[in-house]
Amino acid sequence: MKILVGIKRVVDYNVRIRVKSDGSGIETDGVKMSINPFDEIALEEALRTKEAGKADEVIVFSAGDDACQQQLRTGLAMGADRAVQIQCDQPLQPLTAARAMLALAQREEAGLVILGKQAIDDDNNQTPQMLAALWGRPQATFASSVDLQDGKARVVREVDAGLETIEVNLPAVISVDLRLNEPRFVKLPEIMKAKRKPLEVIGLEELGVSVENNLAVSDYTPPPTRSKGIVVDDTGQLVSELKNRGLI
Amino acid sequence: MNYTAPEREIMEYDVVVVGAGPAGLACALRLKQKREDLMVAVIEKGAEIGAHILSGAVIEPGPLNDLLPDWRDNPPPVCVDVTGDELWYLKKAGRTRLPTPPQQNNHGNVIVSLGALCQWLATHAENAGVDIFPGFAAADVRYREDGGVGGVIIGDMGVGIDGEPKDTYVQGIEIHAQVTVLAEGCRGHLSKRLIQKFKLDADSDPQTYGIGMKELWQLPEGRVQPGKVQHTMGWPLDKDIYGGSFIYHLDNDRLAIGFVCGLDYADPDFVPFEAFQQLKHHPMIRELLEGGEIVSSGARAITEGGYQSLPRVEMPGAVLIGDAAGTLNVPKIKGTHQAMKCGMVAADHIAEADAADGFDQCLRDSEVVAELHKVRNIRPGFQKGMWKGLVTAAIETLTGGRLKRTLTNHADHSALRRASEFEAPDRGWVERDLPPRDRLASVYFAATEHDEDQPIHLQITEPEVCTTRCGIEYGHPCTRFCPANVYEMVEETDGLRLQINASNCVHCKTCDIKDPYQVINWVTPEGASGPNYQNM
Repeated sequence: MKILVGIKRVVDYNVRIRVKSDGSGIETDGVKMSINPFDEIALEEALRTKEAGKADEVIVFSAGDDACQQQLRTGLAMGADRAVQIQCDQPLQPLTAARAMLALAQREEAGLVILGKQAIDDDNNQTPQMLAALWGRPQATFASSVDLQDGKARVVREVDAGLETIEVNLPAVISVDLRLNEPRFVKLPEIMKAKRKPLEVIGLEELGVSVENNLAVSDYTPPPTRSKGIVVDDTGQLVSELKNRGLI
Repeated sequence: MNYTAPEREIMEYDVVVVGAGPAGLACALRLKQKREDLMVAVIEKGAEIGAHILSGAVIEPGPLNDLLPDWRDNPPPVCVDVTGDELWYLKKAGRTRLPTPPQQNNHGNVIVSLGALCQWLATHAENAGVDIFPGFAAADVRYREDGGVGGVIIGDMGVGIDGEPKDTYVQGIEIHAQVTVLAEGCRGHLSKRLIQKFKLDADSDPQTYGIGMKELWQLPEGRVQPGKVQHTMGWPLDKDIYGGSFIYHLDNDRLAIGFVCGLDYADPDFVPFEAFQQLKHHPMIRELLEGGEIVSSGARAITEGGYQSLPRVEMPGAVLIGDAAGTLNVPKIKGTHQAMKCGMVAADHIAEADAADGFDQCLRDSEVVAELHKVRNIRPGFQKGMWKGLVTAAIETLTGGRLKRTLTNHADHSALRRASEFEAPDRGWVERDLPPRDRLASVYFAATEHDEDQPIHLQITEPEVCTTRCGIEYGHPCTRFCPANVYEMVEETDGLRLQINASNCVHCKTCDIKDPYQVINWVTPEGASGPNYQNM
């Protein structure tokens, strides 16, 4: 069985996000970029599944310009067998991304697609669900535990009320949550090996997908900055200051 | 660790370079240019190339011309030609323009982000066939059977704060090499160990240092004059503390502002970070910054000892280059061209000799050391205060360093005076309102990150000294000289306790240098930890 894992190049979670002065997007110049943390967890799960003898091949893919090859190489260094870059020069919206993934899943005859539940840049949390619908296959989202057995996946999901366990038939789409596992560190010699692993570049059009932007982004604005506080001497002053501001 | 680790995996190289700064990368690239057959690896503890690089930086492009003759056709991402120099003497509210000393004439130089330049240089080196490994820390030296240096040992990943391996544990590998090039920058932790072990500083003065702090600002449109280079001296420092500021106008409304002060200051209560923040409130600078926002900030120690503090730069199997050796030219306020040249001299030597032996003489015969010799008395002249320092500087500049005298350097940690013996002058500091509010707010802009469940990388060799002698005599100076608020004294029922907030550390090494009892030992944390500087 082949497992497909999607990884997205995003601004590293430690970096303070700054909006460009013209409001056209966020600043990425000189900014550290990383694999979306949820996708790293997805990849770790795929690798563990393969190491447990339940899958034959782990394929990582990403959509973007050549810069995303850096993240794909990291994925290969973590242990993926090969990588596919879906070349496109603009960020894909969830529906287009899902269509590209569908084309890839069909081409590869994937038995399982594991994805992060969302990317930390746009926080959409839509693509895995859309892919499952387009593919006509089951989805198991927000996974905190995955167990593959006899062509089925037993998945524990993190839901508002607690944990829910479901069973889905493979092929299926699984989206992973934070507590599923802790991704491994890359070993230095694996970086050298990763340089020699296959990395295929394929155009979006070659997969038969065209970019359709159903969403138009009008503006980016940073959250309002906190105004300067004051130090009050006693509770009396606190109460009167709050009253002055109409807060009580 | 209580369990027996298996044999470490080994990778073999001809040359391993520790540190992907200007010295290390120039050395690695030059090695491949000279000898394509050599296998060269560069190890870098920062998560990415440039993540731990912090500098002004106005650089002399000479070494770049040598290394990459066509570099101007495809320049590093941040690169602005200097259009003019200004030197100001500041008083609390006023200012006086001073003539620019010849060493600080920046005509023909460029303002860069050294972090971005290193990333760019790393791409060139990789294209030339160098293997570069960011995110891996050289934690230890690997010794050959004959006692010489035979490479480095990469730090283990996934070790808990208790020293026990966690589920994610990965053993670090050994990198074996014919020659190990230490290019860790100022006060490198392996360099420090090797200088002690091989007594490389037996015939030189103690190394001296400064602490540099820097912020990159994005300013409202039209305020920045790209290419303008400004330096200040005077306020907020008193005449007994050596230091000053730099203000470099970049493109796209970006401004780099920084402050450097000598770590030979005597006042145990002095807070370098506060001095930097004070400087920003001088009317001349405040009007520049107001309404802007900080993009990135950080701190890094620099070497200031120059010629007389340069240790022996070779030992069996290894060499020291750049600021790991101490090649910065203080009067020029520049180290990058020296670091790169030093790396290239090392590369030429290694390519020829296939060994470290002979590099010390080679460097001393080179223009790198000639440059240091010429200005050797200027920085030590300031030990007696700013005015005497300026007189010495003038004499030494006029005579081109040909006077037959060499002033001596003293260890910075010994310069600190006891609290009972020192009364700080009134420096006329003001109430501040520009960001960052305090050191914690500043660390936020350094985007520094350490897994908190790992051994504390700031080792205190004699913890009792902190609460007893050091506390009583100096009043815990570590809580003040650290620019990242790593050291805190916490009150407990049975007295004060030192709390080390290791995850705040920006890897500047000031604590390792300035601690008066020399009980703080900076060792490397897990690879990829530390600051994530952006265009610094």
